[in-house]
Parts: sequence; C-alpha cells; structure tokens
Amino acid sequence: MLNGKPLVSIVSAGLSKFQKHDGLLAREIFTIAAQEAFARCPKLEPKRDIKSMFIGHMGEAYEHQGHMGAIIADWIGLLGIPATRCEAACGSSGAALRTGIYAVMSGLADVVMVGGVEKMSHRTTAEVTEYLAMASDYPFEQYHGITFPGLYALMATRHMHDYGTKEEHFAMAAVKNHYHASLNPKAHMQKEITIETAMQSRYVAWPLKLYDCSLVTDGASCIILTKPEIAAKYTDNPVHIIGSGQASDSIGLYERQDFTSLNSTKTAAKNAYEMAKLSPQDIDLAEVHDCFTSAELIAYEDLGFCKPGESGKLLENNQTKIGGSIPVNTSGGLKAKGHPVGATGTAQTYEIYLQLTGQAERRQVKDAKTGLTHNVGGSGATAAIHIYRSAQ
Amino acid sequence: MSNTPETFFSIEQFYQLLTQGKLMAGKCLKCGKIHLPPRPLCDTCYTTQFEWTQIPNKGHLLTYTIIHIAPTQFQNLAPYTIGIIELEGGLKLPGIIQDVSQEKLKIGMTLTVDFSTCDIPQNWPKWPKYCIKP
Repeated sequence: MLNGKPLVSIVSAGLSKFQKHDGLLAREIFTIAAQEAFARCPKLEPKRDIKSMFIGHMGEAYEHQGHMGAIIADWIGLLGIPATRCEAACGSSGAALRTGIYAVMSGLADVVMVGGVEKMSHRTTAEVTEYLAMASDYPFEQYHGITFPGLYALMATRHMHDYGTKEEHFAMAAVKNHYHASLNPKAHMQKEITIETAMQSRYVAWPLKLYDCSLVTDGASCIILTKPEIAAKYTDNPVHIIGSGQASDSIGLYERQDFTSLNSTKTAAKNAYEMAKLSPQDIDLAEVHDCFTSAELIAYEDLGFCKPGESGKLLENNQTKIGGSIPVNTSGGLKAKGHPVGATGTAQTYEIYLQLTGQAERRQVKDAKTGLTHNVGGSGATAAIHIYRSAQ
Repeated sequence: MSNTPETFFSIEQFYQLLTQGKLMAGKCLKCGKIHLPPRPLCDTCYTTQFEWTQIPNKGHLLTYTIIHIAPTQFQNLAPYTIGIIELEGGLKLPGIIQDVSQEKLKIGMTLTVDFSTCDIPQNWPKWPKYCIKP
C-alpha cells in the first residue's frame, strides 16, 4: 500500500568519510560531501539550480564558530543564496531536512540543498562531554552534573527495571552495528567486536559502558531535494520522501511522564506514518538514532517495530541485522559509523538513499523499497522522522 | 500589573528559596496547575498570575545512574550517583544522590531533597544547591 504522495524528491546525496579529519575545519569537510553530491548528479548545475540551503550544525564551541549556513554556502561556491543554520542539538540536520521540505513545498525554492556538519575530534573528552551536555537542560541537569550519557543511562535503568532488559541486550546492538559498519567504507570504526569486548568495556554512566556510546568523530553529509515534478530533469533514479514528522518535548528528562520511551519519537512517527499511509510493518529498513545502544532499543519500540519492552528480543533473534525482517542501522549507526552530531540526520538519509537506489554494495538490503530515518535532538526534546520510497 | 524581578516566578527564585529550607513551586491562580520549576507564563491557560506553594521534599526514586565520565567541574566528585525522584504529590526533580552506596540503590526507595549539607561543586550561576539523600 504505497500510496503516500511524494512531498519532495532526493536527486543526489553526498557524505564525507566519518573519521578524525585532522587539519580540516567543518567548512572544509563539508566540501567533500558536497563534491560527491554534485558528481553523482551531472545534470545539476549547482550555481544555476540550487536556490536555498539549510545546514544542521550543533555547536559553536567546537571551533568557536557560529553562522555555519553562510560559511558553507561560500565554501561550496553558492555564495549569495539564502543559507541558514538549523540547530536542534543532535537532531540538527533532521530538522534541516524538515525545513528543506517546507521550502520546496512552499514553492519558494524548487531545488534545495540540505546537510549537516560537525568537527569534534580535536577536543578533549571532558570538553566534548561538556559541549554535548549543552543539548540538555542547564538549570536542572547540567547544573547538577548530569551528563549526556547519564540521561540515556537514566532511561536505560528504568527500561531494565520495567522490562527485564539486560546490559547484554545493549551490547548486542553494539555488536550488530559494528558488523554493519565493517561493510561500510565510510564508517569511522570498520571493525567487528564481540559481546565480551562490549561487556568488559569501562562504565561511562552505569549501566552504559564505552561500547554503548556513539563515536566522537568529524564528518559532513548533504542531500539535494527537488519538487517531485522536476526530479526527472536531474536523475532517472530519485528517492521520494513520502512522510515527514517532527515533534518537541520538554528539555528536561525529569519533567516527562515516562522514561522508557520518547514522546517526541512517538508523535513524529505517528505523523510520518499517517502522511505516508504506511504502518511500521511496511518499512523495509531504518536508520535510527543510536547515540547510545539503549536508545536504539527504545527506538524499535517507539517506531512500532516491536511492542514496548520487546526490543531485546528483536536483537536476540537478529531481526534488525542485515538479512533480518527489519534491518536497522545498516550504515553502522551513530555507534560505529560515528556521530558528528550536526551531520547525523542527513547522513541517515544518505544511507537510505543508497539502499533504495541499490548502491549500498556489500551491505545492500535486498528488494529495499521503503526506508525510515529517525533523528533525535538531546534526550528527546526533538525528534525528526522521515519515510522514503524508491522510485523504481 | 507587571511583575518585578523579585515577584517573577523564575528558576532563580526557586533556587534562592532553597536557602529558607523550602521547595517552592509556582501555582497558577487561574487554572491551579503547579509548576516545578516555576515559570512566568502558565503553559496551560497562559496567565501570568501565580502564588508560591510549598511542596514536600520527600519522595521515591524513579531511576538512577552512576556517572563515571564527568564534566570538568564535577571530575573530583566522580563516580557519583544521579537520580530522578518523584516527590509526594507527583512533581519530579533530578539531582545528585549522596550517602547511598550503589548496592543499596533501588528504584522505589524513599529519598529526601536536602538543602543544607550538600558537598557539590559550585558552578555558574552561584545559586544555592540541593541534593538528594536517604
């Protein structure tokens, strides 16, 4: 039942390798992603066609640099077009994508570039911990020494208490995502790990350990959106976005009713599924926001891939591994591909674009027609969800 | 009538009132909703008229974690315990839990918000701090 009308079409996409990009600034890393997107789409003339740009970028603190929209426009040869930075913490480029859809559907811009970038790896662990925490509530969370892993740990503890989820289940998500990343030449950590390695790693915020945490890395991603009616001018193999949902929730985790699910995800998912006229069972593969492994388990439940409390079983049965019933994070996810926060949302879209156009090589999901991305800001004060359909 | 800074139902006022040994929330004079933290505009009925209401400092533990990798200002304290407690009446607060060993931590245990003897690093702004104790 694929009768959701395309909102916009994706005619190209680009992604830098996720790694330590020593000696490069964010703007320079972005040129790598943009150059790939331009090369993939020879019929696109960037200076003639791209009318607007939205760039996800979380933090001024990393490079002491704000105002990333205009900088990126300049560095990729588009000086003059309206270019705006979108900030929703780790959900910045998911929110930029939603904004790009507004721009195309409003009729103000027929071709729009949406992307994201973050340069983080030159900072110390303490600095990154502090900067990432800025996505949480200052007066009641940061002020009391609550870190970002700490917030996700608070959710994990309650999930374990309510549903009997074990630390081993979190480790299983890490092992799966590292396996997927071993098939992705652009992933930061292309190395398989064992359950034992994950379980023996040191605690960051109990019950979460080092191998439950996404990687601090540098990277950039971008996609080119067009009105569906003109996509054929640029490519004979576009991917359509047929559902979009974004929702907000209280910045403070403590203010919420429930710590074992994210209301923003559930609301955004409901809206996206309704728009796409699809249900969770219709999704062939998904990229979900596994900033911590426990977040991936909760995402399965919030997105309707299983019932509340049953995410551990999906992992036990390899259902979310390539070859399973609903492969999740075939790119390696934030966990193993890496999480340059501002770049993550559209990097998820890049993976779905490759999969739905049959270009995912060794990690290709067979007969993939419908995909979903789930990008979260902070501990869930923002969630942006998009649903995609191949044109073939 | 506009509020003066002293009568503004603000987060700073919440912290300053801790020095009187009280947990104070803002109660909307129109719809009766109790806001913790207090806020200057009621999110339910959009009025700006509130009164202070004291809330119990006793509650039970909803969830917890032990922070091992800490931000710079808290590194000397690590590892330390963080919890979210539900106060009697249903409002919630997060904070550092002191004087409970990890083995004794249990969801549902009774805890108290303490204003007087917390040994917690001070950061910006210099507001009084609370912590959570048995």
